[in-house]
Amino acid sequence: MTPLVRVDRLSRIFDVSKPWLNRMLERLPRALLTAVSDVSFDIPERQVYALVGESGSGKSTIGRMVVGLLRPSEGGVTVEGIDLTRETDADKIEAVRSDIQMIFQDPYASLNPRWKVRDIIAEPVAARGGDTQGLAERLLEQVGLAAEDAGKFPHEFSGGQRQRICIARALASEPKLIVCDEPTSALDVSVQAQVLNLMSDLKEEFGLTYLFISHDLTVVQHMADTIGVLYLGRLVEEAAPDDLFTTPRHPYTQMLLAAAPKMDGFGREVEPPQGEIPDPINPPTGCAFHPRCPIAVARCSAERPELRFVGGARVACHLAQ
Amino acid sequence: MSDTVLSVRDLVVEIPTRAAVLRPVDKVSYDIGRGEILGVVGESGAGKSMTGNAVIGLLDRPARIASGEIYLNGTRIDDMAQRDMRRVRGKEIGMVFQDPLTSLNPLLPIGDQLTETMLEHLDITPREAEGRAVAALEEVGIPAARERINSYPHEFSGGMRQRVVIALALCAEPSLVIADEPTTALDVSVQAQIIALLKRLCRERGTAVMLVTHDMGVIAETADRVAVMYAGRLAELGPVRDVLTTPRHPYTDGLMGSTPLASKGLDRLRQIPGSMPRLGALPNGCAFHPRCPRTQDRCRANPGPTLDTCDGRAACWFPMGQAEAAE
Repeated sequence: MTPLVRVDRLSRIFDVSKPWLNRMLERLPRALLTAVSDVSFDIPERQVYALVGESGSGKSTIGRMVVGLLRPSEGGVTVEGIDLTRETDADKIEAVRSDIQMIFQDPYASLNPRWKVRDIIAEPVAARGGDTQGLAERLLEQVGLAAEDAGKFPHEFSGGQRQRICIARALASEPKLIVCDEPTSALDVSVQAQVLNLMSDLKEEFGLTYLFISHDLTVVQHMADTIGVLYLGRLVEEAAPDDLFTTPRHPYTQMLLAAAPKMDGFGREVEPPQGEIPDPINPPTGCAFHPRCPIAVARCSAERPELRFVGGARVACHLAQ
Repeated sequence: MSDTVLSVRDLVVEIPTRAAVLRPVDKVSYDIGRGEILGVVGESGAGKSMTGNAVIGLLDRPARIASGEIYLNGTRIDDMAQRDMRRVRGKEIGMVFQDPLTSLNPLLPIGDQLTETMLEHLDITPREAEGRAVAALEEVGIPAARERINSYPHEFSGGMRQRVVIALALCAEPSLVIADEPTTALDVSVQAQIIALLKRLCRERGTAVMLVTHDMGVIAETADRVAVMYAGRLAELGPVRDVLTTPRHPYTDGLMGSTPLASKGLDRLRQIPGSMPRLGALPNGCAFHPRCPRTQDRCRANPGPTLDTCDGRAACWFPMGQAEAAE
């Protein structure tokens, strides 16, 4: 069975140089920031694929390229067999696009304050000329709000309720794939639990596929079927949650898991990880993690490790076994 | 933990509005001893930060302390004149905020900010202050401190900036540090570095710490005791291990259950129904009763339960027993 989404050797480079005249006068080179570098993964239908990583690891950039908000510099995204970067038939692209929706991190910034909830939710359908009669009311009830809420404005809702409205809007065009970029990071734990449960229920009910982007390992462990760990724009490890959390194979994953606070870690004294994420404009040679890696050898600074299968996981490390 | 550094007694903070007088902090009492880390947890709007701001006397008007007492090393500080309070802030109490960029002056090199604080509060010469500033930066783990002392805040990364803020909070050798969500804006690996640093410095100097956060994992690893706040009131207060493993207040239990870690292996997370009431529309009796699975008639009646009128640990008429929590 072909996967619903295939991300193939995806790269994105941003030009962060100073303006042309400043560059000439100050004799500066062009500054190119590689946000995503050679990332490939598949998402089978009705599965949750999670991308985790720290800030600057490129997880949101990948999400934006999958929904088409950013064009890849190299590589492509194939959804339902249509390569969205190379397909020239506008009708085919249009058909696939309506199957992809997105939920953003900040429910305060992603709803138009001047629109009524009814119009916000119906917009994805209305924009394509569909029938929006009673649509918002039906969806609001499905996400645990009341049908009467359709006549209200976003400011009348709390953060958790707003995120429910965002979810209702994402469901309006009956999508197959929803890209969720840190959907619960702005919410309190008890509200987060409500929203995550809702997302699980909707996934079962509508047969949805999620690309779930988060920095929170515990949330990812709960939600995902497969987890991809990103470091400096590269996929360093991909495994099922149980596998990843019991036997992390990449030294970066190991470091990340050790650093995450544990609920039963009373008075735990851990040696915190050394160093910080390097400058993505001048990334280290070879494996990007080698300056912070406790087991790095000479080969790590010279040769970039490719993702390879180790056990049931894919790992980009020369030494993993 | 012998001598008490901070003692808060029946603190009430009020915000008068046209419709009603709101109480974001309602009869909160706790102590923090020398070298002790008290974790304060709760969801947004529970009154965590407001309690911290009341202690350092930085409540934004029209919020004010309506009643209650705050003692720092035995001296009452809640009714102090602003001028005297300025000496206490910085000298006796250090602050670490969530966003390190807003607590540093972007126009001053970090060295100047450190020496300024020390010259204000300590009886030392400018030359001594500079030496101490370098030492303080070295202590919080900033590499090449002597060169970086002339750098501006924007030249540091987020984690390094938070280290500078910690150095700034500790440079006048305060007896109390209030850390308000110090790691919320940071990545996991940097968070671990900052937490380890804060723990080490406080242990070495015997500084009392009030750690305000919403992250139960951070509390578990860092705090000695934990105070759980709900709708401006203390819901539960006790040793961190007891409160987190065998919670007595149903709200603490719900909060623990809704973290993905605690629901390991379950398909669904346990969730607390509803949401926290708005301050203008607090229910009668126990503020948690509309969401509580154990509500009985007594919970709806005023006065609501407090730590003092209950078992001293949980403000609940029908606290959860050891046996139930173990289920």
